[in-house]
Amino acid sequence: MPLILHELRKNCLAVLIWTTAITFMLGVTIVIFPEMAGQMGEMENMFAEMGAFTEAFGMDRINFGEFSGYFGIECGNVLGMGGAFFAAVAGIAALSSEESHNTAEFLLSHPISRARVVTLKLLSVISQIIILNVVVVGIVVLLTAVIIDNPPYKTMFLIFLSYFILQLQIAFICFGISAFIKSNAIGLGIGVGFMFYMTNILSNITKDLKLLKYLTPFSYTDSADIISNGHLTYKYLLVGATFAVIGIALAFIKYTKKDIA
Amino acid sequence: MTAIKTENLTKYYGKNRGIIDLSLTVKKGDFFGFIGPNGAGKSTTIRTLLGLINATNGTAEVLGFNVKENKTEILKNIGYLPADASFYKGMRVKEILKLSSDLRGIDCSEEAKVLCKRLDLDINKKINELSLGNRKKVGIVCALQHKPELYILDEPTSGLDPLIQHEFYTILQERNNEGATIFLSSHILSEVALYCKNAAIIRDGKLLACDSVSNLSHSDVKRVTLKGAAEIPQNDNIRDLKKEDGITSFLYNGKPDTLIKELATLRFDDVTITDPELSEVFMHYYRKDVEQ
Repeated sequence: MPLILHELRKNCLAVLIWTTAITFMLGVTIVIFPEMAGQMGEMENMFAEMGAFTEAFGMDRINFGEFSGYFGIECGNVLGMGGAFFAAVAGIAALSSEESHNTAEFLLSHPISRARVVTLKLLSVISQIIILNVVVVGIVVLLTAVIIDNPPYKTMFLIFLSYFILQLQIAFICFGISAFIKSNAIGLGIGVGFMFYMTNILSNITKDLKLLKYLTPFSYTDSADIISNGHLTYKYLLVGATFAVIGIALAFIKYTKKDIA
Repeated sequence: MTAIKTENLTKYYGKNRGIIDLSLTVKKGDFFGFIGPNGAGKSTTIRTLLGLINATNGTAEVLGFNVKENKTEILKNIGYLPADASFYKGMRVKEILKLSSDLRGIDCSEEAKVLCKRLDLDINKKINELSLGNRKKVGIVCALQHKPELYILDEPTSGLDPLIQHEFYTILQERNNEGATIFLSSHILSEVALYCKNAAIIRDGKLLACDSVSNLSHSDVKRVTLKGAAEIPQNDNIRDLKKEDGITSFLYNGKPDTLIKELATLRFDDVTITDPELSEVFMHYYRKDVEQ
Protein backbone atom coordinates (compact mmCIF):
# COMPACT_ATOMS: atom_id res chain seq x y z
CA MET A 1 0.00 0.00 0.00
CA PRO A 2 2.69 2.58 0.79
CA LEU A 3 4.15 1.92 -2.65
CA ILE A 4 0.83 2.59 -4.44
CA LEU A 5 0.34 5.84 -2.51
CA HIS A 6 3.91 6.81 -3.29
CA GLU A 7 3.39 6.08 -7.00
CA LEU A 8 0.16 8.09 -7.10
CA ARG A 9 1.80 11.02 -5.36
CA LYS A 10 4.73 10.85 -7.77
CA ASN A 11 2.42 10.87 -10.79
CA CYS A 12 -0.33 13.17 -9.53
CA LEU A 13 0.90 16.17 -11.51
CA ALA A 14 0.90 14.21 -14.79
CA VAL A 15 -2.58 12.82 -14.05
CA LEU A 16 -3.83 16.30 -13.20
CA ILE A 17 -2.45 17.87 -16.39
CA TRP A 18 -3.72 15.17 -18.75
CA THR A 19 -7.11 15.03 -17.03
CA THR A 20 -7.54 18.80 -17.17
CA ALA A 21 -6.45 19.01 -20.80
CA ILE A 22 -8.70 16.18 -21.98
CA THR A 23 -11.70 17.35 -19.94
CA PHE A 24 -11.30 20.92 -21.14
CA MET A 25 -11.00 20.05 -24.83
CA LEU A 26 -13.80 17.51 -24.78
CA GLY A 27 -15.93 19.93 -22.75
CA VAL A 28 -15.42 22.64 -25.35
CA THR A 29 -16.54 20.34 -28.18
CA ILE A 30 -19.74 19.58 -26.24
CA VAL A 31 -20.44 23.24 -25.49
CA ILE A 32 -20.08 24.29 -29.14
CA PHE A 33 -22.25 21.44 -30.49
CA PRO A 34 -25.60 23.28 -30.54
CA GLU A 35 -24.04 26.05 -32.60
CA MET A 36 -22.25 23.56 -34.87
CA ALA A 37 -25.42 21.55 -35.39
CA GLY A 38 -27.11 24.59 -36.92
CA GLN A 39 -24.48 24.86 -39.62
CA MET A 40 -24.15 21.13 -39.98
CA GLY A 41 -25.95 20.93 -43.30
CA GLU A 42 -23.10 22.41 -45.32
CA MET A 43 -20.44 21.01 -43.02
CA GLU A 44 -21.66 17.49 -43.46
CA ASN A 45 -21.49 17.68 -47.21
CA MET A 46 -18.03 19.05 -46.91
CA PHE A 47 -16.89 16.27 -44.57
CA ALA A 48 -18.46 13.63 -46.81
CA GLU A 49 -16.50 14.85 -49.84
CA MET A 50 -13.04 14.75 -48.36
CA GLY A 51 -12.33 11.29 -49.75
CA ALA A 52 -9.64 9.39 -47.95
CA PHE A 53 -9.73 11.86 -45.08
CA THR A 54 -13.42 11.14 -44.57
CA GLU A 55 -12.73 7.42 -44.48
CA ALA A 56 -9.70 7.77 -42.24
CA PHE A 57 -11.84 9.06 -39.40
CA GLY A 58 -14.83 6.89 -40.22
CA MET A 59 -16.91 9.93 -41.13
CA ASP A 60 -18.34 8.19 -44.20
CA ARG A 61 -20.34 5.87 -41.96
CA ILE A 62 -21.84 8.20 -39.39
CA ASN A 63 -24.11 11.17 -39.22
CA PHE A 64 -22.02 14.11 -38.08
CA GLY A 65 -25.10 16.23 -37.60
CA GLU A 66 -26.42 14.00 -34.83
CA PHE A 67 -24.92 14.33 -31.38
CA SER A 68 -23.88 10.65 -31.13
CA GLY A 69 -21.97 10.81 -34.41
CA TYR A 70 -20.36 14.10 -33.55
CA PHE A 71 -19.51 12.92 -30.05
CA GLY A 72 -17.97 9.69 -31.38
CA ILE A 73 -15.59 11.54 -33.69
CA GLU A 74 -14.64 14.24 -31.21
CA CYS A 75 -14.20 11.76 -28.39
CA GLY A 76 -11.95 9.74 -30.69
CA ASN A 77 -9.79 12.75 -31.37
CA VAL A 78 -9.53 14.04 -27.83
CA LEU A 79 -10.01 11.16 -25.39
CA GLY A 80 -8.75 8.61 -27.93
CA MET A 81 -5.44 10.25 -28.67
CA GLY A 82 -4.93 12.01 -25.32
CA GLY A 83 -5.91 8.95 -23.32
CA ALA A 84 -3.70 6.70 -25.46
CA PHE A 85 -0.65 8.94 -24.93
CA PHE A 86 -1.34 9.28 -21.22
CA ALA A 87 -1.76 5.52 -20.78
CA ALA A 88 1.34 4.76 -22.86
CA VAL A 89 3.51 7.16 -20.86
CA ALA A 90 2.14 5.95 -17.51
CA GLY A 91 2.74 2.33 -18.50
CA ILE A 92 6.18 2.74 -19.98
CA ALA A 93 7.52 4.83 -17.11
CA ALA A 94 6.12 2.59 -14.36
CA LEU A 95 9.03 0.17 -14.04
CA SER A 96 11.74 1.84 -16.12
CA SER A 97 11.69 5.13 -14.21
CA GLU A 98 13.17 3.43 -11.13
CA GLU A 99 16.24 2.48 -13.10
CA SER A 100 16.52 5.65 -15.16
CA HIS A 101 16.36 7.75 -11.98
CA ASN A 102 18.66 5.37 -10.07
CA THR A 103 16.01 4.76 -7.42
CA ALA A 104 15.65 1.03 -8.14
CA GLU A 105 18.43 0.26 -5.66
CA PHE A 106 16.61 2.18 -2.95
CA LEU A 107 13.26 0.55 -3.63
CA LEU A 108 14.45 -3.02 -4.14
CA SER A 109 16.71 -3.11 -1.10
CA HIS A 110 13.56 -2.97 1.00
CA PRO A 111 11.85 -6.24 1.96
CA ILE A 112 9.44 -6.24 -0.95
CA SER A 113 9.56 -8.91 -3.63
CA ARG A 114 9.96 -8.05 -7.29
CA ALA A 115 6.61 -9.67 -8.09
CA ARG A 116 4.96 -7.44 -5.49
CA VAL A 117 6.64 -4.36 -6.95
CA VAL A 118 5.30 -5.27 -10.40
CA THR A 119 1.80 -5.93 -9.01
CA LEU A 120 1.64 -2.68 -7.06
CA LYS A 121 3.04 -0.61 -9.92
CA LEU A 122 0.48 -2.15 -12.25
CA LEU A 123 -2.31 -1.33 -9.79
CA SER A 124 -1.02 2.23 -9.61
CA VAL A 125 -1.12 2.57 -13.41
CA ILE A 126 -4.68 1.20 -13.44
CA SER A 127 -5.66 3.64 -10.66
CA GLN A 128 -4.26 6.57 -12.62
CA ILE A 129 -6.28 5.56 -15.68
CA ILE A 130 -9.42 5.13 -13.57
CA ILE A 131 -8.97 8.56 -11.97
CA LEU A 132 -8.55 10.23 -15.37
CA ASN A 133 -11.60 8.50 -16.81
CA VAL A 134 -13.87 9.09 -13.82
CA VAL A 135 -13.16 12.81 -13.91
CA VAL A 136 -13.44 13.13 -17.70
CA VAL A 137 -16.62 11.04 -17.92
CA GLY A 138 -18.18 12.73 -14.89
CA ILE A 139 -17.70 16.26 -16.15
CA VAL A 140 -18.53 15.49 -19.78
CA VAL A 141 -21.75 13.65 -18.86
CA LEU A 142 -22.74 16.55 -16.62
CA LEU A 143 -22.11 19.05 -19.42
CA THR A 144 -23.99 16.90 -21.90
CA ALA A 145 -27.00 16.61 -19.60
CA VAL A 146 -27.16 20.40 -19.35
CA ILE A 147 -26.51 21.27 -22.99
CA ILE A 148 -27.85 18.45 -25.14
CA ASP A 149 -31.52 17.41 -25.43
CA ASN A 150 -32.03 13.69 -24.87
CA PRO A 151 -28.38 12.70 -24.76
CA PRO A 152 -27.64 9.21 -26.16
CA TYR A 153 -26.36 7.88 -22.84
CA LYS A 154 -26.00 4.28 -23.94
CA THR A 155 -23.86 5.17 -26.95
CA MET A 156 -21.81 7.56 -24.86
CA PHE A 157 -21.29 4.88 -22.24
CA LEU A 158 -20.10 2.39 -24.88
CA ILE A 159 -17.74 4.94 -26.41
CA PHE A 160 -16.31 5.87 -23.00
CA LEU A 161 -16.00 2.18 -22.15
CA SER A 162 -14.17 1.46 -25.40
CA TYR A 163 -11.61 4.19 -24.72
CA PHE A 164 -11.17 3.06 -21.13
CA ILE A 165 -10.37 -0.46 -22.38
CA LEU A 166 -8.10 1.01 -25.06
CA GLN A 167 -6.14 2.92 -22.43
CA LEU A 168 -5.77 -0.18 -20.30
CA GLN A 169 -4.58 -2.23 -23.26
CA ILE A 170 -1.99 0.34 -24.34
CA ALA A 171 -0.85 0.81 -20.75
CA PHE A 172 -0.40 -2.94 -20.25
CA ILE A 173 1.56 -3.36 -23.48
CA CYS A 174 3.80 -0.42 -22.54
CA PHE A 175 4.10 -1.82 -19.01
CA GLY A 176 5.54 -4.99 -20.56
CA ILE A 177 8.04 -2.93 -22.56
CA SER A 178 8.86 -0.99 -19.39
CA ALA A 179 10.33 -4.10 -17.74
CA PHE A 180 12.88 -4.44 -20.54
CA ILE A 181 14.24 -0.92 -20.73
CA LYS A 182 16.46 1.05 -18.39
CA SER A 183 16.05 4.50 -19.87
CA ASN A 184 13.10 6.75 -19.27
CA ALA A 185 11.28 6.15 -22.52
CA ILE A 186 8.48 8.71 -22.56
CA GLY A 187 9.25 9.28 -26.24
CA LEU A 188 8.95 5.56 -26.91
CA GLY A 189 5.62 5.50 -25.06
CA ILE A 190 4.18 8.33 -27.13
CA GLY A 191 5.55 6.57 -30.22
CA VAL A 192 3.68 3.38 -29.36
CA GLY A 193 0.44 5.30 -28.83
CA PHE A 194 0.88 7.17 -32.10
CA MET A 195 1.73 3.96 -33.98
CA PHE A 196 -1.54 2.36 -32.86
CA TYR A 197 -3.46 5.48 -33.89
CA MET A 198 -1.84 5.62 -37.33
CA THR A 199 -2.32 1.89 -37.87
CA ASN A 200 -6.06 2.36 -37.43
CA ILE A 201 -6.14 5.31 -39.83
CA LEU A 202 -4.18 3.31 -42.43
CA SER A 203 -6.52 0.37 -42.15
CA ASN A 204 -9.51 2.72 -42.55
CA ILE A 205 -8.15 4.19 -45.78
CA THR A 206 -6.79 1.06 -47.42
CA LYS A 207 -9.16 -1.87 -47.80
CA ASP A 208 -6.19 -4.27 -48.29
CA LEU A 209 -4.93 -3.47 -44.82
CA LYS A 210 -8.11 -4.48 -43.00
CA LEU A 211 -6.15 -7.14 -41.11
CA LEU A 212 -4.17 -4.37 -39.40
CA LYS A 213 -7.33 -3.66 -37.42
CA TYR A 214 -6.48 -6.62 -35.23
CA LEU A 215 -3.21 -4.98 -34.23
CA THR A 216 -4.57 -1.69 -32.97
CA PRO A 217 -6.94 -1.08 -30.06
CA PHE A 218 -8.46 1.84 -31.97
CA SER A 219 -10.36 -0.74 -34.02
CA TYR A 220 -12.81 -1.46 -31.22
CA THR A 221 -13.23 2.21 -30.38
CA ASP A 222 -14.55 2.95 -33.89
CA SER A 223 -17.67 4.96 -33.06
CA ALA A 224 -19.32 4.24 -36.42
CA ASP A 225 -19.24 0.52 -35.59
CA ILE A 226 -20.35 1.10 -32.01
CA ILE A 227 -23.29 3.30 -33.07
CA SER A 228 -24.53 0.95 -35.78
CA ASN A 229 -23.94 -2.33 -33.86
CA GLY A 230 -24.83 -1.16 -30.37
CA HIS A 231 -21.79 -2.93 -28.93
CA LEU A 232 -18.00 -3.02 -29.20
CA THR A 233 -16.53 -5.30 -31.87
CA TYR A 234 -15.75 -8.42 -29.88
CA LYS A 235 -13.20 -9.97 -32.24
CA TYR A 236 -10.94 -6.91 -32.00
CA LEU A 237 -11.53 -6.71 -28.27
CA LEU A 238 -10.44 -10.32 -27.82
CA VAL A 239 -7.19 -9.85 -29.73
CA GLY A 240 -6.52 -6.65 -27.81
CA ALA A 241 -7.08 -8.41 -24.49
CA THR A 242 -4.58 -11.08 -25.55
CA PHE A 243 -1.92 -8.44 -26.27
CA ALA A 244 -2.63 -6.82 -22.90
CA VAL A 245 -2.25 -10.13 -21.05
CA ILE A 246 1.00 -10.85 -22.89
CA GLY A 247 2.29 -7.41 -21.87
CA ILE A 248 1.56 -8.05 -18.19
CA ALA A 249 2.99 -11.58 -18.32
CA LEU A 250 6.21 -10.33 -19.92
CA ALA A 251 6.53 -7.65 -17.25
CA PHE A 252 6.34 -10.25 -14.48
CA ILE A 253 8.65 -12.74 -16.20
CA LYS A 254 11.30 -10.17 -17.05
CA TYR A 255 11.24 -7.98 -13.97
CA THR A 256 11.40 -10.81 -11.44
CA LYS A 257 14.64 -12.07 -13.02
CA LYS A 258 16.20 -8.86 -14.18
CA ASP A 259 19.62 -7.55 -13.11
CA ILE A 260 19.02 -4.07 -11.70
CA ALA A 261 21.49 -1.49 -12.94
CA MET B 1 27.06 -18.32 12.96
CA THR B 2 27.90 -16.68 9.67
CA ALA B 3 26.36 -13.45 8.49
CA ILE B 4 27.57 -13.74 4.91
CA LYS B 5 28.85 -16.80 3.12
CA THR B 6 29.58 -17.02 -0.58
CA GLU B 7 30.92 -20.03 -2.45
CA ASN B 8 32.55 -19.69 -5.84
CA LEU B 9 30.34 -16.70 -6.50
CA THR B 10 30.77 -15.63 -10.11
CA LYS B 11 29.13 -12.85 -12.06
CA TYR B 12 29.67 -11.98 -15.68
CA TYR B 13 27.91 -9.07 -17.38
CA GLY B 14 27.70 -10.63 -20.81
CA LYS B 15 31.38 -11.18 -21.53
CA ASN B 16 32.57 -8.64 -18.99
CA ARG B 17 33.94 -9.79 -15.68
CA GLY B 18 32.18 -8.85 -12.50
CA ILE B 19 33.54 -11.30 -9.93
CA ILE B 20 35.15 -14.71 -10.34
CA ASP B 21 34.96 -17.66 -7.92
CA LEU B 22 34.59 -15.46 -4.88
CA SER B 23 34.42 -17.47 -1.66
CA LEU B 24 34.00 -15.30 1.39
CA THR B 25 32.80 -15.83 4.94
CA VAL B 26 31.84 -13.07 7.36
CA LYS B 27 30.96 -14.09 10.92
CA LYS B 28 28.08 -12.61 12.86
CA GLY B 29 29.22 -9.72 15.00
CA ASP B 30 32.15 -8.91 12.73
CA PHE B 31 33.23 -5.47 11.57
CA PHE B 32 34.40 -6.40 8.12
CA GLY B 33 36.18 -4.32 5.50
CA PHE B 34 36.02 -5.20 1.84
CA ILE B 35 38.89 -3.46 0.12
CA GLY B 36 39.73 -3.07 -3.53
CA PRO B 37 40.44 -0.51 -6.22
CA ASN B 38 37.65 0.93 -8.38
CA GLY B 39 36.12 -1.68 -10.65
CA ALA B 40 37.48 -4.61 -8.61
CA GLY B 41 34.03 -6.10 -8.08
CA LYS B 42 33.10 -4.77 -4.63
CA SER B 43 29.74 -3.39 -5.68
CA THR B 44 29.03 -6.44 -7.84
CA THR B 45 29.54 -8.68 -4.80
CA ILE B 46 27.32 -6.51 -2.63
CA ARG B 47 24.58 -6.22 -5.23
CA THR B 48 24.57 -9.99 -5.63
CA LEU B 49 24.20 -10.42 -1.86
CA LEU B 50 21.14 -8.16 -1.95
CA GLY B 51 19.60 -9.98 -4.89
CA LEU B 52 19.71 -6.87 -7.09
CA ILE B 53 21.67 -8.88 -9.64
CA ASN B 54 21.74 -12.62 -10.19
CA ALA B 55 24.97 -14.59 -9.91
CA THR B 56 26.14 -16.40 -13.03
CA ASN B 57 27.48 -19.19 -10.85
CA GLY B 58 28.04 -20.14 -7.24
CA THR B 59 25.91 -19.58 -4.16
CA ALA B 60 25.48 -16.85 -1.59
CA GLU B 61 23.90 -17.04 1.85
CA VAL B 62 23.06 -14.07 4.02
CA LEU B 63 22.00 -14.53 7.66
CA GLY B 64 21.55 -18.23 6.93
CA PHE B 65 19.16 -17.68 4.02
CA ASN B 66 19.87 -18.40 0.36
CA VAL B 67 19.96 -15.15 -1.58
CA LYS B 68 17.94 -16.52 -4.49
CA GLU B 69 15.20 -18.19 -2.46
CA ASN B 70 14.66 -15.99 0.59
CA LYS B 71 15.50 -12.53 -0.66
CA THR B 72 12.64 -10.76 1.13
CA GLU B 73 13.45 -12.47 4.43
CA ILE B 74 17.08 -11.35 4.12
CA LEU B 75 16.20 -7.78 3.22
CA LYS B 76 14.08 -7.42 6.37
CA ASN B 77 17.20 -7.70 8.47
CA ILE B 78 19.61 -5.71 6.32
CA GLY B 79 20.46 -2.05 6.21
CA TYR B 80 21.94 -1.23 2.82
CA LEU B 81 23.71 1.93 1.78
CA PRO B 82 24.39 2.09 -1.97
CA ALA B 83 27.57 3.71 -3.24
CA ASP B 84 25.54 6.24 -5.19
CA ALA B 85 22.53 7.01 -3.04
CA SER B 86 19.76 8.40 -5.26
CA PHE B 87 16.24 9.21 -4.18
CA TYR B 88 12.98 10.37 -5.70
CA LYS B 89 13.35 13.96 -6.80
CA GLY B 90 10.94 16.47 -5.37
CA MET B 91 10.51 14.59 -2.12
CA ARG B 92 11.65 15.92 1.24
CA VAL B 93 14.16 14.10 3.42
CA LYS B 94 11.51 13.27 6.02
CA GLU B 95 9.23 11.87 3.32
CA ILE B 96 12.00 9.59 2.06
CA LEU B 97 12.73 8.36 5.58
CA LYS B 98 9.01 7.79 6.17
CA LEU B 99 8.65 5.94 2.85
CA SER B 100 11.60 3.71 3.71
CA SER B 101 10.13 2.76 7.09
CA ASP B 102 6.64 2.35 5.60
CA LEU B 103 8.06 -0.05 3.00
CA ARG B 104 9.43 -2.04 5.91
CA GLY B 105 6.12 -1.82 7.71
CA ILE B 106 7.64 -0.48 10.91
CA ASP B 107 7.76 2.86 12.67
CA CYS B 108 11.34 4.13 13.00
CA SER B 109 10.58 7.81 13.55
CA GLU B 110 12.28 7.99 16.97
CA GLU B 111 15.51 6.40 15.76
CA ALA B 112 15.42 8.51 12.59
CA LYS B 113 15.21 11.67 14.69
CA VAL B 114 18.23 10.64 16.76
CA LEU B 115 20.30 9.72 13.70
CA CYS B 116 19.45 12.93 11.82
CA LYS B 117 20.49 14.96 14.85
CA ARG B 118 23.79 13.10 15.24
CA LEU B 119 24.60 13.34 11.53
CA ASP B 120 23.40 16.94 11.29
CA LEU B 121 20.82 16.30 8.58
CA ASP B 122 17.97 18.76 7.90
CA ILE B 123 14.85 16.63 7.33
CA ASN B 124 12.82 19.46 5.82
CA LYS B 125 15.09 19.95 2.82
CA LYS B 126 14.14 18.61 -0.59
CA ILE B 127 16.30 15.86 -2.10
CA ASN B 128 17.15 18.06 -5.11
CA GLU B 129 18.60 20.73 -2.83
CA LEU B 130 21.01 18.38 -1.07
CA SER B 131 24.75 18.16 -1.66
CA LEU B 132 26.36 14.79 -2.34
CA GLY B 133 27.37 14.44 1.30
CA ASN B 134 23.92 15.27 2.61
CA ARG B 135 22.32 12.82 0.17
CA LYS B 136 24.70 10.22 1.53
CA LYS B 137 23.45 11.01 5.03
CA VAL B 138 19.87 10.33 3.91
CA GLY B 139 21.08 6.94 2.68
CA ILE B 140 22.80 6.29 5.98
CA VAL B 141 19.69 7.07 8.02
CA CYS B 142 17.63 4.81 5.70
CA ALA B 143 20.13 2.02 6.28
CA LEU B 144 20.35 2.50 10.04
CA GLN B 145 16.95 3.66 11.26
CA HIS B 146 15.36 0.20 11.50
CA LYS B 147 18.29 -1.22 13.52
CA PRO B 148 18.97 -4.27 11.34
CA GLU B 149 21.13 -7.28 12.19
CA LEU B 150 23.44 -6.75 9.25
CA TYR B 151 24.71 -3.53 7.69
CA ILE B 152 25.95 -3.68 4.12
CA LEU B 153 27.56 -0.37 3.27
CA ASP B 154 29.04 0.37 -0.13
CA GLU B 155 31.71 3.05 0.19
CA PRO B 156 29.84 4.71 3.05
CA THR B 157 32.08 7.68 3.74
CA SER B 158 32.63 9.12 0.27
CA GLY B 159 31.41 12.71 0.31
CA LEU B 160 31.19 12.99 4.11
CA ASP B 161 33.27 15.55 5.96
CA PRO B 162 35.74 14.23 8.59
CA LEU B 163 33.56 15.16 11.58
CA ILE B 164 30.53 13.36 10.21
CA GLN B 165 32.71 10.42 9.15
CA HIS B 166 33.88 10.10 12.72
CA GLU B 167 30.35 10.31 14.09
CA PHE B 168 29.20 7.76 11.52
CA TYR B 169 31.88 5.27 12.57
CA THR B 170 31.05 5.89 16.22
CA ILE B 171 27.43 4.93 15.51
CA LEU B 172 28.58 1.84 13.60
CA GLN B 173 30.80 0.80 16.49
CA GLU B 174 27.88 1.22 18.92
CA ARG B 175 25.73 -0.98 16.69
CA ASN B 176 28.58 -3.49 16.38
CA ASN B 177 28.93 -3.58 20.17
CA GLU B 178 25.20 -4.29 20.41
CA GLY B 179 25.81 -7.40 18.28
CA ALA B 180 25.14 -6.21 14.73
CA THR B 181 27.40 -7.23 11.87
CA ILE B 182 29.00 -4.53 9.74
CA PHE B 183 30.19 -5.23 6.21
CA LEU B 184 31.58 -2.24 4.38
CA SER B 185 33.44 -1.76 1.17
CA SER B 186 36.06 0.90 0.78
CA HIS B 187 39.14 1.93 -1.07
CA ILE B 188 40.18 4.14 1.83
CA LEU B 189 42.58 1.90 3.73
CA SER B 190 43.07 4.06 6.77
CA GLU B 191 39.41 3.75 7.81
CA VAL B 192 39.45 0.00 7.34
CA ALA B 193 42.68 -0.28 9.34
CA LEU B 194 41.19 1.90 12.06
CA TYR B 195 37.73 0.40 12.50
CA CYS B 196 37.56 -3.08 10.96
CA LYS B 197 38.40 -6.33 12.71
CA ASN B 198 38.68 -8.40 9.56
CA ALA B 199 39.17 -7.54 5.95
CA ALA B 200 39.28 -9.01 2.48
CA ILE B 201 41.14 -7.67 -0.50
CA ILE B 202 39.61 -7.99 -3.93
CA ARG B 203 41.14 -7.18 -7.28
CA ASP B 204 40.06 -7.90 -10.85
CA GLY B 205 37.06 -9.79 -9.49
CA LYS B 206 39.11 -12.22 -7.46
CA LEU B 207 39.63 -12.48 -3.74
CA LEU B 208 43.33 -12.00 -3.01
CA ALA B 209 43.39 -12.21 0.76
CA CYS B 210 40.99 -12.49 3.66
CA ASP B 211 42.22 -12.27 7.23
CA SER B 212 42.14 -10.19 10.37
CA VAL B 213 43.36 -6.66 9.84
CA SER B 214 46.29 -7.28 12.23
CA ASN B 215 47.35 -10.44 10.39
CA LEU B 216 47.09 -8.71 7.06
CA SER B 217 49.40 -6.01 8.34
CA HIS B 218 51.80 -8.61 9.76
CA SER B 219 52.15 -10.62 6.63
CA ASP B 220 55.39 -11.96 5.19
CA VAL B 221 55.93 -8.60 3.64
CA LYS B 222 58.36 -6.33 5.48
CA ARG B 223 59.17 -2.72 4.93
CA VAL B 224 62.98 -2.36 4.87
CA THR B 225 64.61 1.03 5.17
CA LEU B 226 68.39 1.37 4.66
CA LYS B 227 70.45 4.45 5.35
CA GLY B 228 73.58 5.12 3.33
CA ALA B 229 73.26 2.05 1.19
CA ALA B 230 74.89 1.76 -2.21
CA GLU B 231 73.24 -0.12 -5.09
CA ILE B 232 70.51 -2.56 -4.14
CA PRO B 233 70.70 -5.69 -6.30
CA GLN B 234 67.56 -6.36 -8.40
CA ASN B 235 65.64 -9.20 -6.87
CA ASP B 236 62.24 -10.78 -7.37
CA ASN B 237 61.44 -10.31 -3.71
CA ILE B 238 61.98 -6.58 -3.75
CA ARG B 239 59.16 -4.20 -4.63
CA ASP B 240 58.25 -0.59 -4.30
CA LEU B 241 61.91 0.48 -4.31
CA LYS B 242 62.34 4.13 -3.38
CA LYS B 243 65.56 6.17 -3.03
CA GLU B 244 65.59 9.59 -1.46
CA ASP B 245 68.32 11.61 0.29
CA GLY B 246 70.52 8.57 0.79
CA ILE B 247 67.64 6.58 2.27
CA THR B 248 66.60 3.47 0.38
CA SER B 249 63.30 1.84 1.16
CA PHE B 250 61.59 -1.22 -0.28
CA LEU B 251 59.01 -3.90 0.46
CA TYR B 252 60.52 -7.32 0.92
CA ASN B 253 58.32 -10.31 0.16
CA GLY B 254 60.20 -13.40 1.30
CA LYS B 255 61.45 -15.30 4.29
CA PRO B 256 63.04 -13.16 7.01
CA ASP B 257 66.22 -15.27 7.14
CA THR B 258 66.88 -14.85 3.42
CA LEU B 259 66.32 -11.14 3.90
CA ILE B 260 68.99 -11.04 6.59
CA LYS B 261 71.37 -13.06 4.40
CA GLU B 262 70.85 -10.75 1.50
CA LEU B 263 71.26 -7.68 3.68
CA ALA B 264 74.55 -9.13 4.97
CA THR B 265 76.05 -8.82 1.48
CA LEU B 266 75.32 -5.09 1.35
CA ARG B 267 77.03 -2.11 2.89
CA PHE B 268 74.89 0.42 4.78
CA ASP B 269 74.96 2.64 7.84
CA ASP B 270 71.59 1.82 9.42
CA VAL B 271 68.59 -0.45 8.94
CA THR B 272 65.00 -0.64 10.15
CA ILE B 273 62.68 -3.53 9.36
CA THR B 274 58.99 -2.94 10.11
CA ASP B 275 55.58 -4.37 9.35
CA PRO B 276 54.11 -2.46 6.49
CA GLU B 277 51.02 -0.29 6.85
CA LEU B 278 47.80 -1.89 5.65
CA SER B 279 47.95 0.44 2.69
CA GLU B 280 51.33 -0.98 1.75
CA VAL B 281 49.97 -4.52 1.96
CA PHE B 282 47.21 -3.43 -0.27
CA MET B 283 49.62 -1.84 -2.73
CA HIS B 284 51.66 -5.01 -2.58
CA TYR B 285 48.69 -7.14 -3.65
CA TYR B 286 47.72 -4.51 -6.10
CA ARG B 287 51.12 -4.34 -7.76
CA LYS B 288 51.78 -8.07 -7.76
CA ASP B 289 49.07 -8.51 -10.31
CA VAL B 290 50.11 -5.57 -12.38
CA GLU B 291 53.60 -6.96 -12.67
CA GLN B 292 52.48 -10.43 -13.54
